[in-house]
Amino acid sequence: MNSFLLSIDRISAWVGKAFAWTIVLLTVVVGYEVIVRKLGAPTNWAFDVSSMLFGVLFMMAGAYTLSRNGHVRGDLLYRTLSPRSQAWMDLVLYIAFFIPGIAALFYAGWEFAGKSWAIKEASSVTGSGLPVYPFKAIIPVAGAFLLLQALAEMIRCVLCIRTGRWPGRLHDVEEADVEQLKTIVQAVDLKGVRR
Amino acid sequence: MRVLRLDTRTIGFSVLGLILLAYALFLPPPSQITNGHMGMMMLGLIVVAILLGFPIAFTLMGLGILFGLYAFWRPGLPISENPVFDQMVLRTYGVMTNDIIISVPLFIFMGYIVERSGIIDRLFKSLELSMARVPAALAVATIATCAVFAAATGIVGAVVTLMGLLVLPPMLKAGYDVKLATGAIAAGGCLGILIPPSVMLILYGATAGVSVVQLYAGALIPGIMLALLFIGYVMLRAKLNPKLAPPLPMEERNVSRRVIARMLVTSFLPLALLIMAVLGSITAGWATASEAAALGAIGAILLALAYRRLSWERFTDSVFLTSRTTAMVCWLLVGSWVFSSTFAVLGGQHILEQWVFSLDLSPAGFLFMSQVLIFLLGWPLDWTVIIIIFVPIFLPMLTHFGIDPLFFGLLTALNLQTAFLSPPMAMAAYYLKGVAPPHVTLAQIFMGMVPFMVIQILALVLLAVFPAIGLWLPNALYK
Repeated sequence: MNSFLLSIDRISAWVGKAFAWTIVLLTVVVGYEVIVRKLGAPTNWAFDVSSMLFGVLFMMAGAYTLSRNGHVRGDLLYRTLSPRSQAWMDLVLYIAFFIPGIAALFYAGWEFAGKSWAIKEASSVTGSGLPVYPFKAIIPVAGAFLLLQALAEMIRCVLCIRTGRWPGRLHDVEEADVEQLKTIVQAVDLKGVRR
Repeated sequence: MRVLRLDTRTIGFSVLGLILLAYALFLPPPSQITNGHMGMMMLGLIVVAILLGFPIAFTLMGLGILFGLYAFWRPGLPISENPVFDQMVLRTYGVMTNDIIISVPLFIFMGYIVERSGIIDRLFKSLELSMARVPAALAVATIATCAVFAAATGIVGAVVTLMGLLVLPPMLKAGYDVKLATGAIAAGGCLGILIPPSVMLILYGATAGVSVVQLYAGALIPGIMLALLFIGYVMLRAKLNPKLAPPLPMEERNVSRRVIARMLVTSFLPLALLIMAVLGSITAGWATASEAAALGAIGAILLALAYRRLSWERFTDSVFLTSRTTAMVCWLLVGSWVFSSTFAVLGGQHILEQWVFSLDLSPAGFLFMSQVLIFLLGWPLDWTVIIIIFVPIFLPMLTHFGIDPLFFGLLTALNLQTAFLSPPMAMAAYYLKGVAPPHVTLAQIFMGMVPFMVIQILALVLLAVFPAIGLWLPNALYK
């Protein structure tokens, strides 16, 4: 069961990390546009492209972030509970709120993207005429990945209810990982910016 | 620690109990339930779910859709045709194509690059050397570093951890008072939430419809004022009682001016220029926030490369962290927008407004009440949650009281920063404890933070009484 869990985690992480690179493209596109505009030759596509890159970035990172337990929680009470009670709470709320919410997003996004796809909709915001139907299709796709990851999370809850311990997660870079930040700080002492 | 945990648990369960009690007392029999009651029920349930610790973005979406099926229900319409689905997808698409929120990942990316490339320690060393002669030199340099750093990153993130690793050991070695040292680190590390380019102000601007440019211009002076107040405080303490912060040994102080100048030029100046370019181009109207953010990120990468501190691993770390933090913020926005469209249709907002207006508050009274509420919410909750979910409830009421939403935003940002420093919830203290030597206790860190919290509240009162502190610059620039 654990390896099944971790393989779902891996799928979510792989997808999220692959699409995370859109931040680099976004930086380049927005930076390029501001420079060429100041030179008097603005593009007609940068606005649409940057908006799409941004939308894809966060939508496709939804499941990845969930797999790392990265969506913000109010943990006032939660952290004082035993793992077993935490798992019960999570399981009930996954079924009550998460699944209906994201399933609805998947269904609504499917209809929304389907209509756009049927007419091969082009952007009407600017004159670029770029196709927007693949971008709209991101909504049901991101929803599907979130549902898959939610399945893994619910299995985690069940395992925890049985054993009383949370099953492990894959290691990933953390914002305030002390060991890693130590290497950043130490590097300078060794190289000596001292004087 | 044990007592503390017991306390949060008691508080949490009491709030839960109160909500259930309120339902039992005020909810009429099912036949008389109106849309407004359903709206209030939504609001109660969101508080319950937040207390239970479920990821908030998805709670909001679930409640939005479940109550939406009821709110948008029309007789004879099949459930699959319910307009709530259109609402939901349009709100989601609205976040995906929002031209203000797009600057959030760009500023986050810039922040992670600056943070991970170790620019902060060069900055600290150069400031430390140049300030070696002032009282409490290390603490002053710490706060100054944090202020400059806050102007390069838009999110609090790991600054407290990083500064704790970097400056706590030398401060303790120099014989600094533990409380003064830890307080200065925690207070300085939280400046990033207010000093532009703060992500909080972008999110506020996007929800309140206030120009981010004006918010940035407005937050600049209060942010600098706060940093100066902190610095003034540590210098005063050191002047009055030099034992708290012994002067540095002579050999550390007697560095030739040329060395100091070279350090400042190579370490302080490039980052300062980058910051001025980013903030200057926004406030001068030369570039939009997202454009300045993109240029800032490119500049940060070049700077890190020039210092030979940007390894491929740190770069990919920054990319992945950016995607997760962005997803956290933006999914919360999606959830909140889905929730609020249903909440509005049920008339929940209207009922709250009626209730607040019926209290017959003066504008100052309303301002006080709302800020106290925000402060209390800032204890247990992340600031993202407050800005995205709770602040929008107050926003439509501002016109009734004739309060400038720009001013309200500045006050809220300063207020939430205060909540960051308030024991016993303050995350900064726990981050710092995680990297401090074992003999530094959590109680000492909390005690150290209290004076800085008092200064924060003082700054908040100053801003509330003299709004010109915040409004002068945006008015001078744009009106």
